[in-house]
Amino acid sequence: MKMLNRSFLVIMALFVAAILAGSPASAADGKNLILATTTSTQDTGLLDLLNPMFEKKTGYFVKTIAVGSGQAMAMGSKGEADVLLVHSPAAEKKFMEEGSGVNRKLVMHNDFIIVGPPSDPAGVKGMKSAPEAVKQIAAKGALFLSRGDNSGTHAKEKDLWKKAGVNPEGQKFYQQTGLGMGQTLNVAAEKKGYTLADRGTYLSLKKNLGMDILVDGDKTLLNIYHVIVVNPEKFPKVNTSAARAYADFVVSKDVQAIIGKFGVDKYGSPLFFPDAGKPDND
Amino acid sequence: MELILEGIRKAIWLLFTFDPEVLGITWLSLKVSGLATFFSLFIGISLGTVVALARFPGRRLVVSLINTGMGVPPVVVGLFVTIFLWRNGPLGFFELLYTPTAIILAQAVIATPIVAGISLASIQKLPEALRLQILALGATRIQMVRMLIREARLPLLAAVMAGFGGVISEVGASIMVGGNIKGYTRVLTTATVMETGKGNFDIAIALGVILLIFTFCINAILTGIQQRERPR
Repeated sequence: MKMLNRSFLVIMALFVAAILAGSPASAADGKNLILATTTSTQDTGLLDLLNPMFEKKTGYFVKTIAVGSGQAMAMGSKGEADVLLVHSPAAEKKFMEEGSGVNRKLVMHNDFIIVGPPSDPAGVKGMKSAPEAVKQIAAKGALFLSRGDNSGTHAKEKDLWKKAGVNPEGQKFYQQTGLGMGQTLNVAAEKKGYTLADRGTYLSLKKNLGMDILVDGDKTLLNIYHVIVVNPEKFPKVNTSAARAYADFVVSKDVQAIIGKFGVDKYGSPLFFPDAGKPDND
Repeated sequence: MELILEGIRKAIWLLFTFDPEVLGITWLSLKVSGLATFFSLFIGISLGTVVALARFPGRRLVVSLINTGMGVPPVVVGLFVTIFLWRNGPLGFFELLYTPTAIILAQAVIATPIVAGISLASIQKLPEALRLQILALGATRIQMVRMLIREARLPLLAAVMAGFGGVISEVGASIMVGGNIKGYTRVLTTATVMETGKGNFDIAIALGVILLIFTFCINAILTGIQQRERPR
């Protein structure tokens, strides 16, 4: 048994050595920035454009963790992220009230749209009110795919059902995918169902989907993105200087101009509309 | 069907034009899963051999645990490793979360029971008389264990292949502990998930095909070594 103990120790030593060797000095010198964000900012490709610019300008290394807004804020409220770029205003306000974040700034908006099969079995095309539209989808029993993942889009969708006075939970026409926006759109397309999507992700996926925008333009469908620095007083391990630099970066004039132009060449219209500095009602 | 052909064409194109991003992702996949398998071999073979040879109370329970470990979902491993590696978690001071090392760690945890289970079975299957004979010829215990491992090297290569195949193809743990960060922790499987989410099915298929090509090559080499000599 003695021999085994020794070899076990050797292995453990090797293992620890490997772990230490594998983690470059990076961690200690505060060069890493953990950005927790939504799938929509990644799936549209916006962050692939912005983050390298930020890295080049500041020397920080951005670790983008693209999850739903709900999960992003959960990471923030545990101090496991440095900066958040999210779109779930009601949950964000709660996040700020809990003292988990500081310095919440308006970044940009686009809008949510109700998309569905071109045949439009529930006949919602062109309806002006989004709550009325989901009410009609429910009344007709047409399939509706929900993200079901506590993302910003899911929060907005729940809000619509509430406004419509319908509780879709557990009803036959209502299915939850638990997936990101892109995958949920694919599921909806495959099952010929309706879903709520942000315009950016829809536009970037449009070519393969065969789904139409059926309802848009309702004021309740506004999709607003904020950047939030995670509170360093509550979580001392947060890389505040990097987080603040990132927040300042996304609301800076140059970057706002880039956001406003992003996607125009590819989709004919911008995917996001820059809002920094505008009055923030939400 | 056309999409699959398009994907295969794209895979070949990406490989032969040496697309730097795809090459980087592929290299990282091989490196991470290779290292994870390597570490899991040390721990797994040692553990499997000890449990195969030693007799102690509760041994059956340990064997059952190892066999159960062979089927633990990677995503569960990923969840636990994430919680341990959180900044404010027990191993947070290493600052390993969202690094390639974190993926190696998680994958090693996934592969270890696979390697241990197969090692255990193959060492245990060696005839009892062999052990006695080796000892009777005056070998020390260490020499005996070495010889037994040598005798079982063909099934042990199967353990290598199973371990490597298990980790290079898993996605749940890699995406949780690695974060799918571009140019840093993005591996073939997590990139495939992301491209699927983006609706780039052709690229997703291409990445899948590349994964298959490399896994096939590595298994072909290992199988070659394994089959060169037939077990007596």
